[in-house]
Amino acid sequence: MIDVTGVTKRWGDFTALDDVSLSVPAGSLTALLGPSGSGKSTLLRVIAGLEGPDGGTVVIDGQDVTHVEARRRGVGFVFQHYAAFKHMTVRNNVAFGLKIRRRPKHEIRARVDELLELVHLSGWADRYPAQLSGGQRQRMALARALAVEPRVLLLDEPFGALDAQVREELRTWLRRLHDEVHVTTVFVTHDQEEAMDVAEQIAVIDQGKIQQIGAPRELYDQPANPFVMEFIGPVTRLGEQPVRPHDLDILLDPADGAREGLVRRVSYLSFEVRVELELDDGRVLWVQLTRARAAELELSERQIVWVRAGAGMPAAAPVSA
Amino acid sequence: MIARYGPRAIALGYLAVLLVLPVGFVFYRTFENGLAPVWDALTNPEAVHALYLTLIMVAIAVPANTIFGVIAALVIVRSKARGRSVLNVLVDIPFAVSPVIVGLSLVLIYGRTGWLGETLGDQGIRVIFTPVGMALATIFVSLPFVVREVVPVLREVGDDQERAAETLGASPWQTFWRVTLPAIRWGVAYGVVLTTARALGEYGAVSVVSGKLVGETETLPLHVEQRFAQFDLTSAYTSAFVLAGIALIVLLIMQMLKPKSEATG
Repeated sequence: MIDVTGVTKRWGDFTALDDVSLSVPAGSLTALLGPSGSGKSTLLRVIAGLEGPDGGTVVIDGQDVTHVEARRRGVGFVFQHYAAFKHMTVRNNVAFGLKIRRRPKHEIRARVDELLELVHLSGWADRYPAQLSGGQRQRMALARALAVEPRVLLLDEPFGALDAQVREELRTWLRRLHDEVHVTTVFVTHDQEEAMDVAEQIAVIDQGKIQQIGAPRELYDQPANPFVMEFIGPVTRLGEQPVRPHDLDILLDPADGAREGLVRRVSYLSFEVRVELELDDGRVLWVQLTRARAAELELSERQIVWVRAGAGMPAAAPVSA
Repeated sequence: MIARYGPRAIALGYLAVLLVLPVGFVFYRTFENGLAPVWDALTNPEAVHALYLTLIMVAIAVPANTIFGVIAALVIVRSKARGRSVLNVLVDIPFAVSPVIVGLSLVLIYGRTGWLGETLGDQGIRVIFTPVGMALATIFVSLPFVVREVVPVLREVGDDQERAAETLGASPWQTFWRVTLPAIRWGVAYGVVLTTARALGEYGAVSVVSGKLVGETETLPLHVEQRFAQFDLTSAYTSAFVLAGIALIVLLIMQMLKPKSEATG
């Protein structure tokens, strides 16, 4: 497990991490989620020992590693742009950490074969990284990181450089791999869907601070503040209040607490229907309906309707000043 | 047609007039009177000694500047230390300063009445008019090449691979030998070729500090000039031919060692 306590990191005047504390349970899969420049990658690099914090401590499996060099921390690190050793074959890339540790040759061979099997690259052992696709390179990088049996596995935007389809494949695959290997894993992403899909626990980071830590569903249903609410899912505004568009309902007749609006546009997306409304005060909001509900309402443009928050609507906690 | 072949014609024509023609002409004049005079010029003890001394200069300057060049490039690109930009500028001085000035400054420092020369002279160490001073001059003029070739390669490679090696348990020393050096090896190789070519051909700086003692402190380029001044044209052309030949062979060896698949990386 990883315990980060009160970590601060500054680059000149810029505070990348401001008194950050985070606990990652042993064997879990945790996402650090935030916009670019939020400090999430810096936090990962501090955990790995690639950056030294200006304050605070990092503890891995009960050992204070704050002042331990990266190479002695027992971490596996996967970089966004793979960081493949271009002059080595796939086999030698994966074997690198074991060779450094001077393991016997037959042991290295067996372990590398096993890992290549695990990442589905068995037939590619003698190729060079330049001959692999992006997804294959990243799987190789993962095998290389896992070869030394790290105490924790850290992934920095591991799918960031891949195209959409490969991304989705790889994240499903990472999920399954984690079920098999069970190493404590932290990955950084700016993609909330990726975080929600893969992680058991998500830490939302913004402006160098952790905004909220929790299970994906918890963050979605009980966001701690408007930032988390907006970052983790779609948001529209009913008056001053941010709400999820699918938590709004449209009525054809006036009702208590419902506001009058003019239908400006109805778009039929895949399984959802988006309705854009202009309220009486001129503000625009959008409502997400199911196809069934939209069919029931038979909305047309320029129609007058009433909109209100549905029963199970979560409200964001008030902004903390 | 003109747009397509024009630039090529200009580039090739330029090279032909300024490079291929003169060098080709040296080759032609070398063998103008058959092989016998060439062989005589080659086996002349003065020429043999000059060749020997030139190769010694290369053997000293190239390793020294390769090691220094790689270290300097690492400092310039990777370290965050102050003074790395100063180093970056200083490295170019040999490009900017005329070799003759380099030679004169060495005389000022190491000459008999020079700043360091007096003390060294008392210890019985002579620098000026000896191969030691010539080696210093050669090192000075051929210093920037490896640095200038390696710096852009290091920048392009980035430090991700080095960081990855670090997280996999490699010490800085292991990271350098197993990751950094293989990644920059073609930059280093090209720098070595240029350094060799420059060390082979250096005339100005070496001529000032050597005293041009025939059979003692005369390198091949000095020998070419000396023979030329004595109207021994065959010897001059032959030595020039040997100089150009060595440089060409070094270039060819590098091209042959370079695998095609890695031509860009």
